[in-house]
Amino acid sequence: MDGAWQGLVSVRIAGTLMNRLSDHSEMLFNSPFRLSFSLLLVMLLAGCQEQAWNNPHPDEDGDARILYSSFSSRPKHLDPARSYSSDESRFIDQIYEPPLEYHYLKRPYELIPNTLTEMPQIEYSDAHGNPVPEQSPLVAYSTYVLTIKPGIHYQPHPAFALGSDGNPRYRFASARDSQEYQSLEDFTETGTRELVSDDYIYQIKRLADPANLSPVRGLLAEFIVGMDEFGDRVTAIRKERPRNQRWVNLDDLDMEGLERLNDYQFSIRLKGKYPQFRYWLAYHFFAPVPELVDEFYNQPGLADRNIVLDWHPVGTGAFMMTRNDPNEVIVLERNPNFREDLYPSEGEKEDEANGLLAAAGQPMPFLDKVVYRLEKEAIPLWSKFLQGYYDRSGIGADSFDQAVSVGSQGIRLSDEMIEKGITMEIEVVPGTYYLAFNMLDPIVGGQRPHNAPRLNARDAKEHQKTAERARKLRQAISIAFDQEESISIFANGRGEVGMGPIPPGIFGYQTGRNGLNNLVYDWVDDGNGGGRAVLKPIEYARKLMAEAGYPDGRDADTGKPLVLNYETTSGGGNSNQIWLIKQFRKLGIELNIRSTDYNRFQEKIRTGNAQIFSWGWMADYPDAENFLFLLYGPNGQVATDGAGVNSSNYSNPEYDRLFDRMKLMPDSPERMAVIRKMLDIFQHDAPWGSVWHPHAYVLNNPWVKNTKAHGISQSVLKYIDIDPEMRDRVWAERNPPVITPLLTVLGLLFLLGLGGYLAWRKRLQVKVFHD
Amino acid sequence: MISYIIRRLLYAVPILIGVNLLTFALFFMVNTPDQMARVQLGDKHMDAKAIEAWKAERGYDKPLFMNEREDSEGLLTDTIFFDKSVRLFALDFGKSDEGRAIIEDIQQRMWPSLAVALPSFILGILVNISLALFVVMFRGSLFDTGAMVACVAMMSISGVFYVFAGQFFFAKMWHLVPVSGYVPGADAWRFLILPVVIGVISGIGSGVRLYRTLFLEEASKDYVRTARAKGVSELGVLFRHVLPNGMIPILTSVVVVIPSLFMGSLLVESFFGIPGLGSYTLDAIQAQDFAIVRCMVFLGSVLYILGLLLTDISYTLVDPRVRLS
Repeated sequence: MDGAWQGLVSVRIAGTLMNRLSDHSEMLFNSPFRLSFSLLLVMLLAGCQEQAWNNPHPDEDGDARILYSSFSSRPKHLDPARSYSSDESRFIDQIYEPPLEYHYLKRPYELIPNTLTEMPQIEYSDAHGNPVPEQSPLVAYSTYVLTIKPGIHYQPHPAFALGSDGNPRYRFASARDSQEYQSLEDFTETGTRELVSDDYIYQIKRLADPANLSPVRGLLAEFIVGMDEFGDRVTAIRKERPRNQRWVNLDDLDMEGLERLNDYQFSIRLKGKYPQFRYWLAYHFFAPVPELVDEFYNQPGLADRNIVLDWHPVGTGAFMMTRNDPNEVIVLERNPNFREDLYPSEGEKEDEANGLLAAAGQPMPFLDKVVYRLEKEAIPLWSKFLQGYYDRSGIGADSFDQAVSVGSQGIRLSDEMIEKGITMEIEVVPGTYYLAFNMLDPIVGGQRPHNAPRLNARDAKEHQKTAERARKLRQAISIAFDQEESISIFANGRGEVGMGPIPPGIFGYQTGRNGLNNLVYDWVDDGNGGGRAVLKPIEYARKLMAEAGYPDGRDADTGKPLVLNYETTSGGGNSNQIWLIKQFRKLGIELNIRSTDYNRFQEKIRTGNAQIFSWGWMADYPDAENFLFLLYGPNGQVATDGAGVNSSNYSNPEYDRLFDRMKLMPDSPERMAVIRKMLDIFQHDAPWGSVWHPHAYVLNNPWVKNTKAHGISQSVLKYIDIDPEMRDRVWAERNPPVITPLLTVLGLLFLLGLGGYLAWRKRLQVKVFHD
Repeated sequence: MISYIIRRLLYAVPILIGVNLLTFALFFMVNTPDQMARVQLGDKHMDAKAIEAWKAERGYDKPLFMNEREDSEGLLTDTIFFDKSVRLFALDFGKSDEGRAIIEDIQQRMWPSLAVALPSFILGILVNISLALFVVMFRGSLFDTGAMVACVAMMSISGVFYVFAGQFFFAKMWHLVPVSGYVPGADAWRFLILPVVIGVISGIGSGVRLYRTLFLEEASKDYVRTARAKGVSELGVLFRHVLPNGMIPILTSVVVVIPSLFMGSLLVESFFGIPGLGSYTLDAIQAQDFAIVRCMVFLGSVLYILGLLLTDISYTLVDPRVRLS
């Protein structure tokens, strides 16, 4: 029943009741009392509707399969050329379809065709365009040929609506013409169109256009032939146009590296070999955007009303965005034009036992709608998850003890969660956090800048001694820094100590004794064939300190205490920093915490003026190259003026040489051997003091089905299903309205008022003069 | 009075220019356009070309105050300050650094803010005045002392505590209202009732104490004694004499905030998930979105000036002795 209508009925009933009652006692049922009682009755009767009183979701969707979720910060960009944040990918990756996708269930992560009929065919050629084998040293270009499945259609959208003359229905010559369209919903006519190869080509040209501010333009331009030149041409054309006519139809310009072979086939030509390119083809940057859509959104006046591609995505995916109010709610609904896409029928061994193959072969998506509500605070979010009003939730620091219990068998769900039927997924996040040393710092780094002049033999020898002192200092700090304790205290145990940059789940990661950093850890056998890594004794670290020239944390030459600086953006004096100071104090080092704002912090890192700091990296794609490049010399922050990802400015010619070799190799024992050598160099040089890889815990209410954490892909909504009947039942069970306390409070207030009234009456009747 | 109002509005122009200049100087003393670009574009794979393109797209590639490359006209006008500030006086707020039209955001977010702030404000005044009058009726008694102790206790409790307690009892324990959230339209009352009640209750301590003091001051004046001597009932004294005269100082504290109501409350909106303007400025500062910051500071200044003007005008309405000149 509609809440507002029921409210009105309730007022009428309450009014009638009060009229009857007021006949009996005029004093008790005076008008203020009548009003409050009526209000209470309204609340009680409004609660008789089917919906629970505290249900935050409007009861307007009937029996539709709706997933309720939340977002804590509003997405900034939804344009697939621009967006580069997981907060944004969780929306647009359900809408846009790049050529490839990741298999939902298989691990290690496996790429499969998405809109393609098969995986891209790669052809190699020499500098003159002649075909050569993949292994040939003459390879100058690699050409990816992509073939699209026919019959894929876009979601209904006004950009595709056609007039009676066959031309686009909505075209405006001036801002005045578009004035009547204040929002996208005002465009009542929609249409669709088949996906063709031109749409993918157009989007790659959009990536090349500097006006679209694509964060990967610079990186991809290094590989895609003609991308830089294309960008320069578009910019030059745009500059010659008046400010209000800056839109350029990119279809009118050719890009050397792109070729349309037919409606369903196109090719992308790359410079040299770049095996990681296949992963980029699974990123939304390569999702199709038709010229029609780009033109529609670039019409005069629409941007002033936020009607832009950056806010209203248009895709061929399983869902379409039907409401985008980032201040309140974002709604995705099933795309009625979505192609046939079946739930996978194979996965990992345990998937069948976990019920993840029960839906094998069924058409996706299962959900009709997904509602994301803005929730900035963790406590309301957690409360609503427990009440059942959010289907899935992470575990915040405040709710950790309530959600899980930590025992000898590790972390498990608490009894309260088990009782509610809640299940938990543990996801090993493909990310790495580390304590970085700036290798250009003379004390902790000892490395010379990339553009420094050559040294003579004597100075070179002196420099080598300085570098060795710094290396031993770094190694000593690595031993003193108890990363396991840090994870336990500050991350509630949600993470694991790393021995190198590569996180679990990515080829190149080695666990157990094989992956051990022998310079910092010892291996302790447990007698059953297993064992664990433990930090070397602190005495060993102190010995290294003495060898580095800092016995007991004092400079052996001057006797002054060694003071190191830790750069951070968080305020001073917090528990994390106090703990950090204690770690360094184990070696007699005085750690100076230098808190600053984010801009200053970034500037210090970019200019090489930081000494020690914490940093992190989340994977773009599941390849060792995407982590080992964090230590590749040419990627140094200082060397690239902030564009590189090597924040510690580490540079080792042998490491760089191995990296250049490794990045072109397929996953194989040979590649593993090269990676192992690189990790040995990393562990010896210790440019990072400690490493850890985070774990993410996700809780599911019992009616949520087919969920499996995927560390890389965000395009997972189409696989998820819910049981709406079970949810409705649990909502009612978990949320019965309790009105007794409210009545008690109202009763007390009434008595207080009555007492006051009587006291006042009595006070008025006090006789000042007695007869 | 009209000439007074016009004069006051003209006074506001230099004040707003000063506020604009100060906001601009403070913001750009802390952030350079390059840093703003880096925040907007993110850390990953960012290059100098992208930063330059971002700055050019948003007009941050010009000098701050003086463009020495330009001739006499463009010397001051072809600058970031001129570009970003002059349009504000025509209420052209432009786009945020994210690329969204700011006026659209303000128009959208002001209604939820008003939906919470207006009932909280009106109910708060009514409840506080009623309770203050009630306490004044028992002045000097144990009830009066007890009420004042309760008021001091209520003032001492942090606003966040009221929010947590309200959410814990009414939403989590008793399941009477949603913990947080907002939907526009007829169903909005379910989401507004708790924040409004909490807003009213959390203001009772200070409100009742203030109004009680004002009413007591009036109650001890000669005209009240005269009224009593003439045989006017205690209720008549309170409502016909003490209340209207006590309203004059109340107006100073109340009218000035009326225009600012739609700016919302950061605390209530954040914890109850109300998509209002309360957190708009704070989010913008964190995101280093200068375009939003300058608009909101400008708007806040305009509304404050408007509030002061309304206060002056309201004096003439409630106190015939006051004349604006």
